[in-house]
Amino acid sequence: MVTTREKSGVAGRPVGAVVKGRLQQLLAFASLIVIFAFFSVASPFFFTYGNFTAILFSTVVIGTLAIGTTFVIITGGIDLSIGTGMALCAVMSGVFIVNLDLPLAVGLVATVLFGGLMGLVNGINIALLKIPPFIATLAMMLVAEGLALVVSGSAPIYFSEEPAYTKISTGNLIPGVDFPNAVIVLIVVAVIAGVLLTKTVLGRYTYSIGSNEEATALSGIDVRKWKIAVYAFAGLFIGLAGIMISARLGSAQPATGMGYELQAIAAVVIGGTSLSGGKGSIVGTLIGALIISTLNNGLQIMSIPQEWQNVILGCVILVAVYTDILRKKEA
Amino acid sequence: MLTETATPRTLPLLEVEGVDKSFPGVRALSDMRLELRAGEVLALVGENGAGKSTLMKLLSGIHTPDTGTFTLDGEPLTIAGPKHATELGISIIHQEFNLVPHLTVAQNVFIGREPRRARLLLDERRLVRDARELIGRLHLPLDPNAVVGDLTVANQQMVEIAKALSYDPKVLIMDEPTAALNDAEVATLHELIRRFVRPETGVIYISHRMEEIRRIADRVTVIRDGQYVDTVDVAATSTREIIAMMVGRTLADHAGPQGVRADREVLLEVTGLSTKALLKDVTFDLRAGEILGFAGLMGAGRTETARAIVGADPVDGGVLTLRGSRIRIGHPADAVRHGIGYLSEDRKRYGLLLDKDVKANVTLGALARRFTTAGFVHDRAARAAASEYVGSLRIKTPSVDQTTKFLSGGNQQKVVIAKWLARDCDILIFDEPTRGIDVGAKEEIYQLLNELAEQGKSIIMISSELPEVLRMSHRVVVMSEGRVTRILDAAEASQETIMHYATLRPDENVEDAKELGLDPVETGAAEDEEGKA
Ligand SMILES: Nc1ncnc2c1ncn2[C@@H]1O[C@H](COP(=O)(O)OP(=O)(O)OP(=O)(O)O)[C@@H](O)[C@H]1O
Ligand SMILES: [Mg+2]
Repeated sequence: MVTTREKSGVAGRPVGAVVKGRLQQLLAFASLIVIFAFFSVASPFFFTYGNFTAILFSTVVIGTLAIGTTFVIITGGIDLSIGTGMALCAVMSGVFIVNLDLPLAVGLVATVLFGGLMGLVNGINIALLKIPPFIATLAMMLVAEGLALVVSGSAPIYFSEEPAYTKISTGNLIPGVDFPNAVIVLIVVAVIAGVLLTKTVLGRYTYSIGSNEEATALSGIDVRKWKIAVYAFAGLFIGLAGIMISARLGSAQPATGMGYELQAIAAVVIGGTSLSGGKGSIVGTLIGALIISTLNNGLQIMSIPQEWQNVILGCVILVAVYTDILRKKEA
Repeated sequence: MLTETATPRTLPLLEVEGVDKSFPGVRALSDMRLELRAGEVLALVGENGAGKSTLMKLLSGIHTPDTGTFTLDGEPLTIAGPKHATELGISIIHQEFNLVPHLTVAQNVFIGREPRRARLLLDERRLVRDARELIGRLHLPLDPNAVVGDLTVANQQMVEIAKALSYDPKVLIMDEPTAALNDAEVATLHELIRRFVRPETGVIYISHRMEEIRRIADRVTVIRDGQYVDTVDVAATSTREIIAMMVGRTLADHAGPQGVRADREVLLEVTGLSTKALLKDVTFDLRAGEILGFAGLMGAGRTETARAIVGADPVDGGVLTLRGSRIRIGHPADAVRHGIGYLSEDRKRYGLLLDKDVKANVTLGALARRFTTAGFVHDRAARAAASEYVGSLRIKTPSVDQTTKFLSGGNQQKVVIAKWLARDCDILIFDEPTRGIDVGAKEEIYQLLNELAEQGKSIIMISSELPEVLRMSHRVVVMSEGRVTRILDAAEASQETIMHYATLRPDENVEDAKELGLDPVETGAAEDEEGKA
């Protein structure tokens, strides 16, 4: 009784709601600082330039995946296929560049487009065949996991003959400064994604669909088309993440993708994007990704065993999703 | 305290004094007063955004006042929350429904206080029995086991009422309870109110429909811009006077259908439109510059016709011809591309992005067409256009950046109208466009519809308010049971003729079928049209 009545406040508590929207992002940023402070005190090896770049460096893959997924989640959807999809894209990159010996640039573009193609298939399944996003992308997750093994023959593909390829990740574009290219790539795509999300029709419709899909459709917007576009667009980031991870490792590992999707989704949610759609930002997602990689890094430095790292990450995800639920109640 | 008319039963039941309430950027109420006497129905009127719902939310514990006092039965009153309010004897029926659609009538009525057995187990049988008893006592046409989501809007309203009355309140507050009801349903509701009002209870009744207020209310309190204006006896005051107090200005003259459209080109032809669920062979045409009214009872198929035309629902058969050439519409986006826009009767569900601001809502439909270059949105142009509509439609909002869920009901409706004006369609299908809109703004919207028609735009206006249909339409399409039973010219259209054709039951009544020239046995008229689809 109380809950329905209170919800019906229709208008609800405006101040609370408005502040809460921003609060989530501020909160995420504050927790990042707290985590930073904690590890700085806890370990003498944490607060160093070398370690900062290491954290940024390890944020790249999750960050890239999370940026694309932010769009999907703002529409009220989900993409579970990004982790294994990334592994498949890494393998495809090996196929294009090593096996087929395509010029580097062509191979890179082909890999990114391959990711886009996966996203396109997800989008079509969801928007046209009306398969719920969770199921459609779960299926794609399995398909990609299998295909990565099939295509690679279950063996890694090494880029030893392609030194330029690994430079994409580990090289230093800015001479003399130890700042890995991968981080520059992340910053560039984050800026592009941020602009697209806030300044273009694609972004506006992404929010509108998440806010009220039926009303958006009745306003004359072809939500089917735009949903396909969003998933395909997010797919490009799967392709890019495939490049970034294989360039960092110097090899395409067909079995490494599983689990990244949940970390990326966690990053998005920690960053204040609502799983129920309509709300979210790229900045928030980056903060979320940074929190996750800082946690991983700090716990590692403190020699906390991997198993415990997972436990802690799991708890962080729980807290994040719980705040999302609280926020949804507020709205 | 108001003591001017001292009849024996003027004991104040509920008093509100000196109440202020502000929201960020909005002073919703200032120094508000109200006095509800025992045994009366007090109407509360005011323009959209005047503060009526806000006042009622204070009384029902949803919001807390900044300052001011409440008195119930002479005792000072502090309302801690919605639950507390019901315990104190104040029940409210909100402007927007508060039902859980997938639960049954009985479950909704007793939600949160279901009878239990052994503390934990739900006593479903008693739940249904209690609900049946309550529904019987109130003479409501409801089945306690029906799922609320399957009920008509009118019956959902009845569930809300049953729920409110199940608390045995002293004060019953109804915020626009009739916005979605037709005349017969309004009559049922009024009967219920009369039965509820006893010497020790009272009703606060909010409505924008003046005839209703005349019928049901004893006194009427007028508020304007969050301030108390006056309280008068309904019997001693003319509607004109009440409206003048409400709007504080004289209203535009009655606008009616202008000119004759019979000579104009036919813009849209709908032939043999059928759906699996309801529509049977719906055929009519729409001329340029014409306002075509759609009348019928609830469930007659007017909204379904609109939704089928714009591709919001699947169609079983039928042909659409636009300016002489056949068009195919599979999705509302196709309809809008052909210049056909549909404003839904359900603004919350199908009209608004409630968690987005006014600007985003007004420009949503026109965004790609009017406010972008190469996919980039011109925020400044969008903002300017939104501000313009806020001005011309007098949308009451602190700014175009206000989240639409914080607007009053009527102002939300205006936002949806603005969205369609911004999109500039040649054919506009307006489904209950004046739902929840105050009398003054209604006139302005009628004026606007006339202007659009003058510019050569065609308008289909679906409305449950017959006076509105009669006043505005060049022609009236009357529907019953999914069929068009008659298309009336303005000259032939009257309450009586419309009601006659709206109540024909060709599927059950042989006489009615004969009158419509239908073969009564053959129900498969729709299938014959399939070839056209
Ligand atoms: N939660 C809120 N946050 C911000 N502003 C609000 C909120 N609730 C109401 N308002 C504002 O307070 C004013 C009064 O709103 P209210 O809903 O009481 O109007 P109303 O008289 O019921 O109008 P209508 O006839 O359109 O229903 C409006 O300007 C509205 O925008
Ligand atoms: Mg209201």
